[in-house]
Amino acid sequence: MSAVALRAEGLSKRFGATVALDGASLVLRAGEIHALMGQNGAGKSTLIRLLTGAQSPDSGTIQLDGQLIAPTTPLEAQRAGISTVYQEVNLCPNLSVAENLYAGRFPRHWTGLIDHAQVREGARRLLAELQLYIDVDRPLGSYPVAVQQMVAIARALGVSARVLILDEPTSSLDQHEVRELFTVMRRLRERGMAILFVTHFLDQVYAISDRITVLRNGALVGEFATAGLTQSALVAAMVGREVVAAARDSRNAGTAGAPLLVEVQGLGRRNALEAVDLHIHAGEVLGLGGLLGSGRTQLARLLFGLDRADCGQVRVAGEPVALRQPSDAVAQGFALCPEERKTEGIVAGLSVRENIVLSLQARGGWWRAMTLDRQQSLARELVQRLGIKVADVETPVGALSGGNQQKVVLARWLATTPRLLILDEPTRGIDVAARQEIMGEILRLAQQGMGVLFISAELEELTRLCDRIAVLRDRRKAGELLAGCDGQQVLDLIAGES
Amino acid sequence: MRRLFVHPTFWPLAALALLLMANGLFNPGFLALQWRGGHLYGNLIDIANRAAPLALVSMGMTLVIAVRGLDISVGAVLAIAATIAAATITHLQAGSAQGSLLPLFAAIGAALVAAALCGLWNGLLVVKAGMQPIVATLILMVAGRGLAQLISDGQILTIYYAPYAFLGNGFLLGLPFALYLVVAVFIALKLLLTRTALGLFIRAIGDNPLAAHVAGVRAHTITPALYVFCACCAGMAGLLVSSNVASADANNAGQLLELDAILAVSLGGSALTGGRFNLFGSLVGALIIQTLTTTIYSIGVPPQVNLVVKAVLVMLVLLLQSPQFRQQLRMLAPAARSSA
Amino acid sequence: MSSDAAVVRHTLARRLGDPAVLSLTVTVSLFVVLSLAGGMRFDGFLAPQVFLNLFIDNAGLLVVAVGMTFVILTGGIDLSVGAVVAFTTVLLASLVQHHRWHPLAAMLLALLVGTGFGAAMGFTIHRYRLQPFVVTLAGMFLARGVATLISVDSIGIDNSFQMAVAGLRIPLGGGTSLSVGAVTALAVVVIATLVSRSTPFGRTVCAIGGSEASALLMGLPVGATLVRVYALSGFCAALAGVLYTVYMLSGYSLHGTGLELDAIAAVVIGGTLLSGGTGQVPGTLFGVLVLGLIQTLIVFDGTLSSWWTRIVIGVLLLFFCLMQRLLLRRT
Repeated sequence: MSAVALRAEGLSKRFGATVALDGASLVLRAGEIHALMGQNGAGKSTLIRLLTGAQSPDSGTIQLDGQLIAPTTPLEAQRAGISTVYQEVNLCPNLSVAENLYAGRFPRHWTGLIDHAQVREGARRLLAELQLYIDVDRPLGSYPVAVQQMVAIARALGVSARVLILDEPTSSLDQHEVRELFTVMRRLRERGMAILFVTHFLDQVYAISDRITVLRNGALVGEFATAGLTQSALVAAMVGREVVAAARDSRNAGTAGAPLLVEVQGLGRRNALEAVDLHIHAGEVLGLGGLLGSGRTQLARLLFGLDRADCGQVRVAGEPVALRQPSDAVAQGFALCPEERKTEGIVAGLSVRENIVLSLQARGGWWRAMTLDRQQSLARELVQRLGIKVADVETPVGALSGGNQQKVVLARWLATTPRLLILDEPTRGIDVAARQEIMGEILRLAQQGMGVLFISAELEELTRLCDRIAVLRDRRKAGELLAGCDGQQVLDLIAGES
Repeated sequence: MRRLFVHPTFWPLAALALLLMANGLFNPGFLALQWRGGHLYGNLIDIANRAAPLALVSMGMTLVIAVRGLDISVGAVLAIAATIAAATITHLQAGSAQGSLLPLFAAIGAALVAAALCGLWNGLLVVKAGMQPIVATLILMVAGRGLAQLISDGQILTIYYAPYAFLGNGFLLGLPFALYLVVAVFIALKLLLTRTALGLFIRAIGDNPLAAHVAGVRAHTITPALYVFCACCAGMAGLLVSSNVASADANNAGQLLELDAILAVSLGGSALTGGRFNLFGSLVGALIIQTLTTTIYSIGVPPQVNLVVKAVLVMLVLLLQSPQFRQQLRMLAPAARSSA
Repeated sequence: MSSDAAVVRHTLARRLGDPAVLSLTVTVSLFVVLSLAGGMRFDGFLAPQVFLNLFIDNAGLLVVAVGMTFVILTGGIDLSVGAVVAFTTVLLASLVQHHRWHPLAAMLLALLVGTGFGAAMGFTIHRYRLQPFVVTLAGMFLARGVATLISVDSIGIDNSFQMAVAGLRIPLGGGTSLSVGAVTALAVVVIATLVSRSTPFGRTVCAIGGSEASALLMGLPVGATLVRVYALSGFCAALAGVLYTVYMLSGYSLHGTGLELDAIAAVVIGGTLLSGGTGQVPGTLFGVLVLGLIQTLIVFDGTLSSWWTRIVIGVLLLFFCLMQRLLLRRT
């Protein structure tokens, strides 16, 4: 077996009360492609941030070629020999391809001015190593993302990196581009580079990687040889079998006879989601499963008017409705707890009370304000009901922990007594207790007749909570399963082995 | 006591009080008020009266800044409103009877409508065309004075119409009318912001526009409305200014007003990055600026010092708001203490 | 042959797809169209000296706009330039007229002061993460305030050396000539173009405007470059102040009022995106020429009043800003 290029041991990182990474280890060998797998919140991004110096670990060590390193900035990591290429290419789109390759180390004339000819030639040579033949004078931004990524990889080559981290590089590439990328990755592997490949596409992992490291809930699940691991076993390792206390006892009771609440016909948007059909009854919890990038979030955004659909329509109680902006959806009695809690959910500077009344107030119009007393009693009631840990409802939301912030966003929507509640990974990145409480509340709400669209990456959550589970794969609907189905069936549908 | 210090308006008010007290010490007559001919006179009244146009514009600017916007066209809008008011009066005066109030109300109406249109233009450029606020309002800032001069034909329009003078020079129950206007706008706004949900929406948009959008707040309606309001404030200021000097100077009226208004807003403790705003603080900020001007005139220092003082003030306020600067201060403070 | 033509057409079409190139093309075309329109309407409009006068009359604006181009390329803005010009004219006039300095020594000091002033603003903006527009706004108050403190009234200059420089004309043959100021401004344009295109500093300026986060990750000296950009703008403003003093033979604290707006307008019309990252110095040259040409047209017409200049500049600004938005949306 070839030499170890990078060895990370016992890396831990906590943010406040949440443990993002708990003693994780990783071994990268020279001349291998190593896949890093895990669900949202498994600790993949934290691990990468520690390796690239974007953040420093609380404990643990990183060795590069046997030498201990402790990069404190991405630049230091780069100088040490660890280069990273992100999905969002971290180069300057307005500079030319050649300039992006040489920025920071331009060759000069005797005059002191940049030797453009040499830059151009060097750039062509570097790109030729990746078998990329393009006009290096055009701005980088004028090329497709696939080419931009190649350029980023070429830059890493140019600064002679030992370790290359590819963070979700294939998310926005088409089939052909992925093949091109893989060809390049193989060439680099032959040259002895150690490549860490982060992705959520199972087939790609099997197509290219030699070994796989799986993380779950911030901890190492294990390191596997790709050849010896079935797809289902991999998904099981990622998804886990966590015990969920809350469970739907009277499954499917009455929902069959319950009125149809929302009907989605052929809803889709170019490059985001292919036409999807879906229906939700009152009092039903419809689970939406699928891996990251399968189109789960896109469906929620279309349904809530955050993005406009290119095609299809949505009917509420039989009537077609136009969802041009979120306020339209709110007027229809829809509610959305978004995946990105910090940027799309909470308004950090406002108090708990103000965050909770915001949507109800927005629906009521600006003129009819609720009295302060009414606001406070509503806020206190919801704080108590959801068990939000805060002494005073006038505390700014930014000061709360992640789980409590998520509950505030949920409380905001419960205040509007919605007909349809869309929850996009509501339990992501929050502690176990808060997770159980949120799931218990979802069940209570459904019992009271609310329709719930529950998006989750956790298998256990889906099978125990939902009346029906729709699964998305590759931006289209892969199938639907009824309550009482086996977890294995869902896994197979998600993994595409059916 | 601690609560007093952290109250957002404490520091601006303390600064104003300090400034006034210093004046009182150097010049014992400074703080005196006199009752003469049924009117209240004195430096304090004079300061408040002169600060009225800036106070109005500062209130409008506060709300625009609160939603992460900026309006640098207020000076130009003031000039447009003043010119339109003067032109309307000149136009109508000939046709109407002596002492008729029709030209007065027509002038007020025309000026405010013109200002509102300017604001709508700014708001649409920001929201619909998606321009950065400073760029969107730069356009009107550049072209606005040209438009005003187009209306006035490049002349300074003199107003020979007694009723109009009341706006900027008249007294009501012993106090200048302009003060009533400022207080009325302030109270109306305060009611609107606290009794309706508008204040909540504005702070939500300023703090996190995306989250506010997801929560169903209609930022695309509220933001242009605030630009319209800000421009209307500039319009009212234009009425006061042109009435006060009985003329409208399209080229010079409201020169550098946008800068003073931004200064007043930041002095008042609002965050220039949006979200947190303090309407009353901005009023105090406007008063501070005017008090400084009056002080500088009254102690006989060349009035040009005013600009330098303003520059130093704005830098101080900005630095104190900067987290990086505060951190540096905190690091310096213990070092100084241990060395002492 | 025909395939060659096809290739040319293809390259041209592709190049036009580049927002910066398209924007510059529009500006140059506008300049040509305005010139031709003037030529058809007025006798003698197309005389060479009319165009050379554009450089002579707008030398100061051109220099200021070049400095502003760098600032805007980083995504910033400098509102203090007009005030720095005023301050420089007063400082120069006062030193030469009241303190009997040699004009060259006074000029050197003025340039140093302007550069230092800009660097200080750049440092404040970068170190304390303040918005450029407020910091340079304070700078504007400060510079104009200090200018009026030196002298409220206009100071005339009768120094023989300075008068000689002011009267100097560089003949270009055919009875046409350029002033020293115009030649200086053109030299500034040439040097700035080289600096922008062919020095690491110039490329880092563009990189910051494209994506400051990326520039940092690529290991470029972002902080130092930001300070240097504002220092450069301060230097250009001071140099423009020197040119104004020579052109007007006076120092006055009200010189250059609103010059920052004209400079920003010229930069935008010249095809530089106000959001930063895209633009070039030669574009700014044409932006200034278009502004100057509009003024010349209004003067030639004689019946149009001066305020039309402002309105037309406003309309042009609107047009170019909207065009930039459209181009950005398309890419």
